[in-house]
Amino acid sequence: MISVSEKFYFYYFYHVFKHYFSIQQIGIMSKVKVTLKVNGDLYEAAVNQSKTLVEVLREDLQLVGTKIGCQTGDCGACTILLNGKSVCSCLTLAIEAQNKEITTIEGIAKSGEELHIIQEAFVNEGAIQCGYCTPGMVMSAKHLLDKNTTPTELEIRQALSGNLCRCTGYARIVKAVQVASEKINQSVTEK
Amino acid sequence: MDPKKNKNNLIGKSIPRIDAPAKVTGKALYTGDIVLPGMLHGKILRSTVAHAKILNIDISAALALPGVKDVITAKDTPCVKFGNWRLFPQTQDELPLALDKVRFIGDEIAAVAAISAEIAEEALTLIKVDYEIIPAVFNVDDSLASSAPMIHDGNPDNTSNISLDRKIDVGDIEAAFKDAYYVREDSFTVHSHSHAYMEPCASLAEVDSEGRVTLYTSTQTPYIVQCLLASTMEIPENYVRVIKPSVGGGFGGKMELRAWDFCSAFMAKRTGRPVRIVLTREDELAVGRRRHGMKIKSKVAFNKDGTIIAKDFEAYLDGGAYNSMGPTATFLCGNFGAMIYRYPVYRYRGYHVYTNLPPSGAMRGFGAPQALYVSETQMNMAAVDLNIDPIELRLKNAMVTGDKIEGVTTISSAGLVESITKVAEMTNFLEKKKNLPKNKGIGIGCYSFISGGVFNWFNTQYNFSSCEVRVYDDGTAHLLTMSADIGQGSDTVLRQILAADLGLPVEKIRLTAGDTAMTPKCDLGTWGSRVTLMNGNAILDASKKIKEQLSKMASLKFDLNVIHEVSFSDERVYAKANPKRGITFGEAVKMWVKANRGEELTARGYYTPRDKGLTTPAYSFGAQVAEVDVDPETGVITVERITTAHDCGTVINPLGVEGQLEGAIQMGIGYTLCEQFAMRDGKTLNTTFLDYKIPAAEDMPEIVSAAIDTYEPEGPFGAKEAGEGLVIPTAPAISDAVFQATGYRCKELPITPEKILRATGKI
Repeated sequence: MISVSEKFYFYYFYHVFKHYFSIQQIGIMSKVKVTLKVNGDLYEAAVNQSKTLVEVLREDLQLVGTKIGCQTGDCGACTILLNGKSVCSCLTLAIEAQNKEITTIEGIAKSGEELHIIQEAFVNEGAIQCGYCTPGMVMSAKHLLDKNTTPTELEIRQALSGNLCRCTGYARIVKAVQVASEKINQSVTEK
Repeated sequence: MDPKKNKNNLIGKSIPRIDAPAKVTGKALYTGDIVLPGMLHGKILRSTVAHAKILNIDISAALALPGVKDVITAKDTPCVKFGNWRLFPQTQDELPLALDKVRFIGDEIAAVAAISAEIAEEALTLIKVDYEIIPAVFNVDDSLASSAPMIHDGNPDNTSNISLDRKIDVGDIEAAFKDAYYVREDSFTVHSHSHAYMEPCASLAEVDSEGRVTLYTSTQTPYIVQCLLASTMEIPENYVRVIKPSVGGGFGGKMELRAWDFCSAFMAKRTGRPVRIVLTREDELAVGRRRHGMKIKSKVAFNKDGTIIAKDFEAYLDGGAYNSMGPTATFLCGNFGAMIYRYPVYRYRGYHVYTNLPPSGAMRGFGAPQALYVSETQMNMAAVDLNIDPIELRLKNAMVTGDKIEGVTTISSAGLVESITKVAEMTNFLEKKKNLPKNKGIGIGCYSFISGGVFNWFNTQYNFSSCEVRVYDDGTAHLLTMSADIGQGSDTVLRQILAADLGLPVEKIRLTAGDTAMTPKCDLGTWGSRVTLMNGNAILDASKKIKEQLSKMASLKFDLNVIHEVSFSDERVYAKANPKRGITFGEAVKMWVKANRGEELTARGYYTPRDKGLTTPAYSFGAQVAEVDVDPETGVITVERITTAHDCGTVINPLGVEGQLEGAIQMGIGYTLCEQFAMRDGKTLNTTFLDYKIPAAEDMPEIVSAAIDTYEPEGPFGAKEAGEGLVIPTAPAISDAVFQATGYRCKELPITPEKILRATGKI
């Protein structure tokens, strides 16, 4: 297991010194094998230790539904669930995600033809415009609703505040999460 | 609702966007998601100095790095200058890569293609550029000083850093001001901000063995990119195919050919392998296009009763290092200086000035937010001075249907009076304003915007909007159009328009859009709120031709009298007077195909605005009220509620229009309160979303809105602009509310806590 300080060491080292040394000279760039459990499937990949999870998801596993909007953890477009918690996959090293449950936007719909309740609400409520923030928004909403099925409007806004959107003004996204929360509660009651 | 507007119950119906399921599952592909076999990764080297001669570029070390497949500088390229204003070639001042000079920090100098992004990035560090530094200027005043360095020298027409100007003269300005009862004269500074679309720009090009280019790019204007890429590569337009995948927002920032489009195509040609370039957020914020900052002087003359008699308007636009879409912003700033109220006498002087800053370009509102911030703020100031309430003052002067700006434009429909009245009523404006609690404020701002441009600055030889409609005997239709959905929802609205007119369900319309090789020439793209009106009209043109053909089939089959009208609805073609006498849409197509010995039934539709003045075929209007709370100790402004009444003609898809409105308010609040570039010596300092703040979900106010019911004769089913103009009124409305709460009248955007505390004497 890698500690937080090591993570920042790698991240810092790579980004600060990449301009001064060739890739071959940077020892930590040597590849290591990682096993990632993504959406229930096991994947093996040989990755540079400095590779972020979002890079590995997109480039090695071709799961391009997770987007890159800033690479500094500010916009939330790369949000995924790591052991059920929403994290920015651009600030998470791939090697850190070993042996953890990773859920991406590709892994939450029931099938190719049936959407997750949250996805359905996003579609019907007009919560999507350009759609670039959408995968991250949906994952943040899922994290929220997984732990709190009856959030207040303020709680929804707070939960989504790490996800930036430039098109919608968030109004319809908030509404979609409210609708999804009602539907989730309905289905729980029905059961 | 008027039945002609509610055609087949599809116009005015909220339909979720057709690409929503793909986007919500992560299946929608954006340019940066696409990988082609053998693809190389490209990176661009940018200038680190603001103004310098390039003495030498040494690429040998970069080329020698294992994994690097190509390095290009301007000397490897044809060096053809480009720019969107092709009608005036002297405005085309940009090269894909800088040749002898760099003009801002971020100017593109060289590009690398390598087998991985990391190697490409490392190769950039191995390129050595020798500069001879030239003095630089970072604002309009310095740039216009007699000692200022020439930013674009070498052109004998350039005698100053003013790249172009625009003048409007209506009536005798001197005489009008002589007779005025009250004159309001102010100077304003309005700032620059970022589009901050969530998808950073990307391009991916492949070139076949015959030298034909396919370019996937994050663009709002596939046609413009196609033409300019062809000219800069010196190949025929027909050899360039531009495909617009899903685009993660544009707001005006993706409507030009950009260096990465050229470099990926050019390096793909040289290497024989696809090349993809993906920008970072740092690139976007540090050197991306941005809104024009302006210095505006405005003088308005009123009669005692509040009637406006004249306006003298002067704007200096900080254009940055290249023209980009600056000519349009200069033009529209002058146009909107004269808009929304009747100015019988009007003078405009607009100057687009080069500086050594990243170029300003098109951005949502295109010169209008700046002009109308000034106009609306002055209206609110005049209302105080003349002791007339701001609603009455506006109603007295508001433009109505049929008004003209002499030689510029005629207003074919206007719901401004209704919008102002409605928003005042919805907010109980006058009553609230009289009884404001301490630290609370309420303010109003109004707007208007164009529904696409009339002026042919791109100098296209083709119609402004075109489409093809194909219909099939299985009862479906295929709509092909070059128009570009960048998130605003045009793919859905255009399908809705065709479905409504042909009487088919939306699901039965297949759409091919944003691909220059597959769709008819041309469509100028997504800008200036043009798509619904212009492409919508082209679709109705094609649909009419299809219906004429299918009407013949119904007429023949049922021996209809020549005076009988044939209707299209519920997937049927029938005699309007006797709906039983009809056949299904698919049967009608089948009959037509048989009657024409196997031909396919298709029709092309076109639209180009003609005889519509200099600006646009139709204007939207609206009014907005902001309610704010200002903390007197910290100066922090909380926007509590934004109420809007807007006239966008017939609303085709309410879900889409409301989404545009809410998004515009986010951008408007950001512009007014928190978004600003921190610049030092030409360098942008805030290049992350941590330092460049756009409003998040928690920062948004309550949003209330009402659509004013008007009918635009030039628009499809009466529709006109929606969404772009809505970004305009938020700044003047909040600014007025802050004045009511604190007594601070902002003439220099943005409104920050610091400015409020200084004005109220707290610091």
